[in-house]
Amino acid sequence: MNEFEPKVVAFVCNWCTYAGADLTGTSRIKYAPNVKIIRFPCTGRIDFMLILKAFAKGADGIIISGCHPNDCHYTSGNFHAKRRWMVFRTMLDFLGVDVNRITFSWVSAAEGARWAEIVNSTVDAIKKLGPYDNYRNMVNQETEVNNG
Amino acid sequence: MDKLRQKTKELLSNNEVQIVVGYEEGTAGKARPAFISSPDQADTLIYDDRCIHNLAVYLTQHKLPGNTKIAVVASFPVMKSIITLASEKQLDENFIRVIGISKDNNIIEFKDFADIERYINQQDLTFTPEEQALIEKIDAMSMEERWAYWQNEFSRCFKCYACRSACPMCYCTLCITDFNQPQWVSVPSHKQGNFEWHINRAMHLAGRCIGCDECSRACPLDLPINLLTKKLSMDIQKQFGYSAGQSLTEPYALSTYKPDDKETFIR
Repeated sequence: MNEFEPKVVAFVCNWCTYAGADLTGTSRIKYAPNVKIIRFPCTGRIDFMLILKAFAKGADGIIISGCHPNDCHYTSGNFHAKRRWMVFRTMLDFLGVDVNRITFSWVSAAEGARWAEIVNSTVDAIKKLGPYDNYRNMVNQETEVNNG
Repeated sequence: MDKLRQKTKELLSNNEVQIVVGYEEGTAGKARPAFISSPDQADTLIYDDRCIHNLAVYLTQHKLPGNTKIAVVASFPVMKSIITLASEKQLDENFIRVIGISKDNNIIEFKDFADIERYINQQDLTFTPEEQALIEKIDAMSMEERWAYWQNEFSRCFKCYACRSACPMCYCTLCITDFNQPQWVSVPSHKQGNFEWHINRAMHLAGRCIGCDECSRACPLDLPINLLTKKLSMDIQKQFGYSAGQSLTEPYALSTYKPDDKETFIR
């Protein structure tokens, strides 16, 4: 039996976490290869639908990360995002979506080691939780062609 | 009721407004929305406990020919909707007359929207006891049970979008569900599409929902979808101190922020 290797999608902002992940690489810090990083202009751009789409496409876990409060390149994008996540997380929890599969974090461009730590701990946690069958089954049960 | 008809006749014959939106006797003992455009039709207007539709939905439909002034019979939820819509710059004060109905069925005259704002300011959003019980029941469930509960509820939805049509706050001329490039919400009413649609609806109404429950009344399958929007609105009220339909000037909770918003889950 092969060990379960989770798919983790990371939605990160261009200015802090993406640069931070870059630093992780240039610092030669190794971290779990399960993560697929998607770069966004700002955390404020990360629509809640993207999270649902990631789950629908087979993600087992999600990382959402951007600049620390007060460090946003656009001044307030991360503050707006924070409010939206607070509301969205309540919503998902109420609907029975596993919110433990979504890691929210602030990682600055100087925190390469912290990025590796966040990815590793998330991947470990998702490995324990197992594949996200609930959501995938909901998608796979459809007979219709799922366009996308 | 007589006062309401009297007022309608007055407004129409003085040509202060061209249309009055109110309620009339419908079929099967139900009331239904009525659109009165001449004084002699005014006697069909009624107002009683059965008149529960949120008439504010007709104020933003962009269907009126230009310069038509409209008067609306406004119960409490309608007034709240009007304030929310006005705060989102969707209504023109000069074209809308509000005939308020107080709790004891008297007519209230409003000079302008600010007047309505003052009138409704004291009242908070509340759950009915049945809703409260259902919320508590769902909150007490495990994650798996909640998932199963909502999957079961949503599986009945056939995406008629009655909830969208009935909601005064759903006024976008192009809804996200109507987009197909890219397609955010899958069209057929299968589980994924239903799930995504209801999350979208709830998120887009989060904090804007005034809790009139028109969505679940409009729903032919009686899905408790009003719980989603109402719960989010109440959470927002608790966390950010913002409550829809109370202020004409306060910015919407999710389009503003405070640096010290408290959360517990961001690492």
